[in-house]
Amino acid sequence: MGATFSEKVLARNADRAQVQPGEVLDITPDVVLSHDNSAAIARLFRQLPQASVRFPERLAITLDHAVPPPTPQHAQNHAEIRRFVAEQGIPHFFEMGRGICHQVHCEEGVVGPGMILLGADSHSPHCGWLGAFGAGVGRSEIAALWATGELWLRVPETLRITLSGQLAPGVMSKDLALQLIARLGADGANYMAVEFDGPGVATLSPDMRAALANMMAEMGAKNAFIAPDEVTWRWLETQLRRNRACDWQERLSFFRERALTPDQDAPCARQLDVALDGIEAIVACPHRVDNAQPVSALAGTRVDMAFIGTCTNGRLEDLAAAAEVVRGRRLRARLLVIPASSQVLADALDAGHLADLIEAGASIGTPGCGPCMGVHAGVLAPGEVCISSANRNFRGRMGQRDAEIYLANPAVVAASAVAGEIVHPAHLLAEA
Amino acid sequence: MRSRHRVWAYSDHVNTDVIFPGKYTYSVQHDSAALARHALEDLDPDFARAVQPGDVIVAGRNWGNGSSREQAVTCLLACGLYAVIAESFARIYFRNAINNGLLALTCPGVSALAQNGSELSLDLDAGELEMGGETLRFALLPPSVRHIVAAGGLIASLRAARGC
Repeated sequence: MGATFSEKVLARNADRAQVQPGEVLDITPDVVLSHDNSAAIARLFRQLPQASVRFPERLAITLDHAVPPPTPQHAQNHAEIRRFVAEQGIPHFFEMGRGICHQVHCEEGVVGPGMILLGADSHSPHCGWLGAFGAGVGRSEIAALWATGELWLRVPETLRITLSGQLAPGVMSKDLALQLIARLGADGANYMAVEFDGPGVATLSPDMRAALANMMAEMGAKNAFIAPDEVTWRWLETQLRRNRACDWQERLSFFRERALTPDQDAPCARQLDVALDGIEAIVACPHRVDNAQPVSALAGTRVDMAFIGTCTNGRLEDLAAAAEVVRGRRLRARLLVIPASSQVLADALDAGHLADLIEAGASIGTPGCGPCMGVHAGVLAPGEVCISSANRNFRGRMGQRDAEIYLANPAVVAASAVAGEIVHPAHLLAEA
Repeated sequence: MRSRHRVWAYSDHVNTDVIFPGKYTYSVQHDSAALARHALEDLDPDFARAVQPGDVIVAGRNWGNGSSREQAVTCLLACGLYAVIAESFARIYFRNAINNGLLALTCPGVSALAQNGSELSLDLDAGELEMGGETLRFALLPPSVRHIVAAGGLIASLRAARGC
């Protein structure tokens, strides 16, 4: 009987021939992710008897959630993390401004096909777009992982989503993700692995795949998976040559050896077929991610602020889509753009996207999470309405209980910034 | 052994942002009084003011979806909450609850019986709860998981295992 990717990767790690959903295994992850929460995790770690991190080379710590630090308290938090990194000799440490952990780990080849990542961040399924297994856990568990290197995990049931066809122009993988979440519900994949396959996958660019895997967290998924194909391998080679000039070939061979693909006949708890051609641009309305409406149904809704960024939609294609919409226009609502990484920032600069955005009136922030979770850098005032390319529109999410957040793809966000109200980009282009 | 508790009732899909707002995640981390003050701040402002040690939350589906922040569990412990009993839990929240010593019980049918202020009696050994004259059964946690909760959480249980 065949096995899913998640079953295969967990079985290999636990040194088992085959495993079944529901079994609990002791897993030794290849990558242990944390970010600005690392200071709090270090305090938990110090309560444990182990003085040193068991596998320092497996830790990956990124300062991204409140960068640059907005208060002395946040600065102190970062200082504690830097001290811990130095004390423990942790090689994978990414300073403020390098970008959001999930994006940076992919760019830097910290995580890749066939690897297992556990992270103190709910968007840890992100790296599944590269054919990795990524799952979110809590701070206490990360402290335990630092000390012992292992953690128990339940083998998940699998939801297989088979994609066919191609997305229409102006429709992005964000729309596909929001559509899936609306259809299956915010707990539609709770505890489950979501594995994508089918001919439609090949039509999705790397940036589109990343957003799709990332958003599966909003359906409750434990992890998400897209099998590496030529698109993936080309992207990985480019990235590794760029960021790991000394050992890129070695790292690429390592990924090729580790890569795993699911068996065609693997039994799944649920199977869904989705035609990409049928997906339209949609918006998730306050205060739930599964509360979606077509853009047309919301036309005319006032927008005070628009935000493009985050681990979900802050990559180059996202900024390119936004730049194309705003080019040569002036904004009626304020637009904040925060690239997902310093690499995205540099590439967007080279490509002229930033110039288009800035000329239209956008402000550009330091690569990182920005106001996504309401800590700093663009939080909302009472009564304000924001349209955002981020992943959550929960009440209070952007720092203000009495504000409303709509989620959409970056082109819709940019068009709405131009119009000062929610609008489909095609509508703007038709006016021009 | 049966214990009696006062109920705070909530609906489906309550997320971690309304349980403990993201804006506090790097400024309120270990201060118990501050954690308690912000508990359920954007869901129910009455909760932090009126919750009593030993109270329980009874909720619908998918309690605790969203962020992995552990304060969404520890803020409730700081209030003295005894347990969260829900139709279902988001997976990271469930892990965080166990790992911090908060009793998280999955009990289908429970939310339909719950009203704010109603009384609930709980028998953990039998896996039974009673509310409004009705008795419901819930699955017992596996012994290894109950052991972590009883020890006060994952860190405490790892310390105990090493005799410190």
